[in-house]
Amino acid sequence: MSGIKRPGLAKDPGSESTPGMDPFADTLQRLREAFISGRTRPAEFRATQLKGLSCFLRENKQLLQEALAQDLHKAAFHSDISELIICQNEVDLALRNLCTWMKDEPVAKNLITQLDSTFIRREPFGLVLILSPWNYPLNLSLVPLVGALAAGNCVVLKPSEISKNTGKVLAKVLPRYLDQSCFAVVLGGPEETGQLLEHEFDYIFFTGTPRVGKIVMAAAAKHLTPVTLELGGKNPCYVDDNCDPQTVANRVAFFRCFNAGQTCVAPDYVLCSPEMQARLVPALQNAITRFYGDDPQSSPNLGRIISQKHFQRLRGLLSCGRVVIGGQSDESDLYIAPTVLVDVQETDPVMQEEIFGPILPIVNVRSLGQAIDFINRREKPLALYAFSNNSQVMNQMLDRTSSGNFVGNEGFTYMSLTSLPFGGVGKSGMGRYHGKFSFDTFSHHRACLLSHSGLEVLKNIRYPPYSDYTQKLFTWAMGSHLCTLL
Amino acid sequence: MEREVQRVRAAFGSGRSRPLTFRRRQLEALRAMVQEREKDILAAIGADLSKSEFNAYSQEVISVLGEIDLMLEKLPEWAAAKPAQRNLLTMLDEAYIQPEPLGVVLIIGAWNYPFVLTIQPLIGAIAAGNAVIIKPSEVSENTAKLLAKLLPQYLDQDLYAVVNGGVEETTELLKQRFDHILYTGNTAVGKIVMQAAAKHLTPVTLELGGKSPCFVDRDCDLDVACRRIAWGKFMNCGQTCIAPDYVLCEPSLQDQIVRKVQEAVKEFYGENVKESPDYERIVNLRHFKRIQSLLEGQKIAFGGEMDEATRYIAPTVLTDVDPDTKVMQEEIFGPILPIVPVKNADEAIQFINEREKPLAFYVFSHNSKLIKRMIDGTSSGGVTGNDVIMHFMLSSLPFGGVGSSGMGAYHGKHSFDTFSHQRPCLLKTLKREGANQLRYPPNSQSKVDWAKFFLLKQFNRGKLGLLLLTLLGVLAAVLIKRYQAVLRTKALLLFLAVHRRAIP
Repeated sequence: MSGIKRPGLAKDPGSESTPGMDPFADTLQRLREAFISGRTRPAEFRATQLKGLSCFLRENKQLLQEALAQDLHKAAFHSDISELIICQNEVDLALRNLCTWMKDEPVAKNLITQLDSTFIRREPFGLVLILSPWNYPLNLSLVPLVGALAAGNCVVLKPSEISKNTGKVLAKVLPRYLDQSCFAVVLGGPEETGQLLEHEFDYIFFTGTPRVGKIVMAAAAKHLTPVTLELGGKNPCYVDDNCDPQTVANRVAFFRCFNAGQTCVAPDYVLCSPEMQARLVPALQNAITRFYGDDPQSSPNLGRIISQKHFQRLRGLLSCGRVVIGGQSDESDLYIAPTVLVDVQETDPVMQEEIFGPILPIVNVRSLGQAIDFINRREKPLALYAFSNNSQVMNQMLDRTSSGNFVGNEGFTYMSLTSLPFGGVGKSGMGRYHGKFSFDTFSHHRACLLSHSGLEVLKNIRYPPYSDYTQKLFTWAMGSHLCTLL
Repeated sequence: MEREVQRVRAAFGSGRSRPLTFRRRQLEALRAMVQEREKDILAAIGADLSKSEFNAYSQEVISVLGEIDLMLEKLPEWAAAKPAQRNLLTMLDEAYIQPEPLGVVLIIGAWNYPFVLTIQPLIGAIAAGNAVIIKPSEVSENTAKLLAKLLPQYLDQDLYAVVNGGVEETTELLKQRFDHILYTGNTAVGKIVMQAAAKHLTPVTLELGGKSPCFVDRDCDLDVACRRIAWGKFMNCGQTCIAPDYVLCEPSLQDQIVRKVQEAVKEFYGENVKESPDYERIVNLRHFKRIQSLLEGQKIAFGGEMDEATRYIAPTVLTDVDPDTKVMQEEIFGPILPIVPVKNADEAIQFINEREKPLAFYVFSHNSKLIKRMIDGTSSGGVTGNDVIMHFMLSSLPFGGVGSSGMGAYHGKHSFDTFSHQRPCLLKTLKREGANQLRYPPNSQSKVDWAKFFLLKQFNRGKLGLLLLTLLGVLAAVLIKRYQAVLRTKALLLFLAVHRRAIP
């Protein structure tokens, strides 16, 4: 039931933790008060924040590249194209378009509202929580942050504790570039995240696994907080018989091995016929050797697994099916070789969970129909890839499956397109962002209709009592063929 | 319950609900149902809420017919793929957003407008190509029973199913997995619905409620304001989620407002409101007693008469209401209008912001600057200025709440979008692999510079000339493909290098 909500209270009554034990209460209270004061609403303030973000990226490029190298063995070039440039792009886009995005959006009127002012106003929600993961720790923290700041919210950012070096830079350096009364970085692990989630936020943006996504949504439900969940799944990659194996192998190998396979939209497994497999495997070997040399472990362009835990998990998967490429691993280096597995069964462990590593299983199917059935038997993935020269095949795949995103004959370059909404469906997530979609995600779309006191005579028809004449007139005026106008 | 959901899911899996022609047929069948069985529908609503036929028609049936017609007209446009702007990296690819159905949608209806609040979401869900399970509110039992009887007669019985029942059945239903849940009702149950949805990662649209404030400025046409407020408040005996719940005004205005609202009530419902065919009743005894208890200790300016036997509560106005009393602690959902005196607009804004965000906000004033200030200073699902309810009537406006008044929105295209997955698609060709050499390892500084060039430059009309030249370059490269692949790549790179230098 709606009651009085005292603005000073960051905690909701009945919360388990006592004031002394709650490390976040003060921070959240400060941010909430700042939001209530209205500081984050004017366009100038938001633009200043975005410019601050831009400076942060430019002035700390080397620091960030080093942190990413320490966390994920990322080459500077890869850090640039998959993190720094993407963030810069988003900030620039938001700065260029901020005023346009903030404008009230007029909407079509009907007959009875012709003389009124009707529009949708985008307003900030208030206090936003962004929970980001470790695989692209800068990108997946800052791109949502751009949207949240542009939309006029106060933000709490909690980066993953697993990518600790990047987390440190975000916690120590980033706040210096932003107004600290409206922005805070919080560090910690699952326990701290749990404590944070007991508090009330006005929006929660989470990127991570479906398992934790459920926990976040359940916590959000307690406060009726809307959420965007960017989750994951096993992204199928269908390779048709009608295609050039080397081209396909280049694209699949590159996007599979990028960031050592730790990408939510990487092709997770291949579906193809045994005949195609015979041509694809040598092509994959060719691509891998060309990209990473004969000894991939010594290539500066191949990343490493983020932690021991994930390394052990991936090493376990190497025993599924039969290794035809790679298969080596080095615990001291958290290195897993680019690996291709064949003779993989649907029930094997490698087909039960999102791989998130440089391992590519190939599952055989005898036809496009069989591939589609295979895909539809499983949870809706975040991305679906299909490789074919035949547009009919492409259309069939598109029409008969569902996924967050769909890509034909390519890898995840579409992530650089801010005009495409990025998000999942089903178990791979809900909500979307990038570009203007971020701004819209972090805004409440408030329906506004401004009428006047005059011309009351026109509205008389709606008041009781309804004589027979009025009823007939009303019914005629609202007759179904005119309903579209009304 | 599980079997029912599985049956509907299997029907969706067959793909039958996806073609536009099928969706059109279902919507047309729904319209036929509403037109042919109008009498039955009006009678059911009338039985549930003691509502006159005309009121049932004008408040519920008309909106449904309008929504169906809008969907039928716009379906081809809304269901079509939308091209997306590309960057240099993807300029030769096809990029677009394709709306798709989500799967099986659950619609949980409410009892206060039992027909439109169940059928209007259904229209959007059908239009978006989904299968639907409808769970009407058991409180409005006549309408619930009628829907269970009529819908299978007109719509595809495997794709659209009605499930009736109370709390127990709804709880069972919520254990099943859906692809979207739209719930209309109260905040407490909204939380339960979202919790249940979280177990399956099901997105939700929650149309909840709250106390919708109505600020009346001293500088306004008080006659008109009071008429409109009375109309919106006492419609459906106050049982409207966007009814003006309470009034905020300067103390000096109270008496005038009381008088003018009283005049409006007389005008609408006559001297003896109980006899008016246009005045509804409270839906059940539980709510009757709940509303009755809200009057304890209040200063009744007029009204207050009650009749438990017929669940009649007279249009009532309270003055000098204390914000800490019960009537100001919960959504009234009845024909009681408290007036809470405030010093001025700023105090009103503060008052509103101390409370949960409401579903609707109303402000009456001639001063457009004041209206703007009040809208800017508060938050709510929607706003109507100088009138009430009307933002609900325009389907181009998204109808939904914020904070504890709800999440998500629907009506018109917003329904279609709510029940669709907007799937981004990027289609490339397998040719021109030569150009991709840029991105593959091993890497070099020149590759970094090229990457920046491709990723940071915008593809817009201003640079069309340059792009045309680039395209010509690609074309030339393709023409030279008879020779070695290396030559092709080099030609492409040469042209691009020229343009890269040309672009600052």
